[in-house]
Amino acid sequence: MKYLKRYKWVILILLIDIIISIFSPSDGGLVFKNTVLNFRTMLAVIPPIFILLGLMDIWVPREAIVKYMGDKSGLLGILLGIFLGAAAAGPLYAAFPVAVMMIKKGAKYSNVISFLGAWSTLKIPMFLFEMSALGLDFAVTRWLINIPGIILMGFLVDWMMSHGEKTVVLEAVQKNF
Amino acid sequence: MSFTIITYILAVVGLAASFAKDRKKTKMAFKKSYKAFVNIFGDLALVLLLVGLLMTYISPDFIGRFIGEESGVWGIGLASIVGSITLIPGFVAFPLAASLLKQGAGLVPIATFVSTLMMVGVVTLPVEIKYFGRKQTFLRNGLSFIYAIIVALTMGVLLS
Repeated sequence: MKYLKRYKWVILILLIDIIISIFSPSDGGLVFKNTVLNFRTMLAVIPPIFILLGLMDIWVPREAIVKYMGDKSGLLGILLGIFLGAAAAGPLYAAFPVAVMMIKKGAKYSNVISFLGAWSTLKIPMFLFEMSALGLDFAVTRWLINIPGIILMGFLVDWMMSHGEKTVVLEAVQKNF
Repeated sequence: MSFTIITYILAVVGLAASFAKDRKKTKMAFKKSYKAFVNIFGDLALVLLLVGLLMTYISPDFIGRFIGEESGVWGIGLASIVGSITLIPGFVAFPLAASLLKQGAGLVPIATFVSTLMMVGVVTLPVEIKYFGRKQTFLRNGLSFIYAIIVALTMGVLLS
């Protein structure tokens, strides 16, 4: 019963998939192919990230993250958040647990939001690909305009979240990792 | 893919170093990793299933027909909605955007599509909410949506 409740939406989508397959086997086949592809991508990307996060939780002292990305980290913290996000590749959902670990270890809220922003849109491997497909002007302009926005959004979200709301997130974070 | 390989190398080296230093702690780390993965698996599975379903019916072809033709405010609005809802990898999205531009689609709608696609994730909301709660998730996605349009409009001014 616990599992049924936990996976109710998953079960619903699976039912929709099955209904589609009954009425249109070709569509069903395509849905199946796409879904398998998504799971394969996830299973390729996620395990090492979680292993690294587990190790980080045990070995990296809180003071280190506080020093480099915490409340008093200033410009270094902002740049580090953006750099770490831009150096990554992989779907955004892989960035969430990393951001969670940063919060847990005492990184400043705005820096974590900037990290997520950078991961979503500044990723270097993606940038290179964007450049080859859409040209230098398009890719470089987009990349550069995004940087101030990402920093600004970090501050805005930080500012719009009350202390209590951040505590709730922190508690959830501690439960989820 | 190279990034994934690097994370695997780091994970293996990290595990080995950790194991050499302290077996018990390594076991603890591994348990934490496993627990964290199991905790999120349901929400992640939901997102992946949703995307699998959406990808089938909102194909690149379909997206092209949708955002290639309209321009002006309508075009930007449509492009931002399609970009926010879909979750297609860059190696599909960028060539699609390039071919739409070649066919005469406006720069601003296409830039809107690319920007919202990368920054706003409607289908990944369940996972994001599970980690960060509703407020932060909606703030991040809402502000990203607004900024994505600002980026596109600025690109329109600078590049055309």
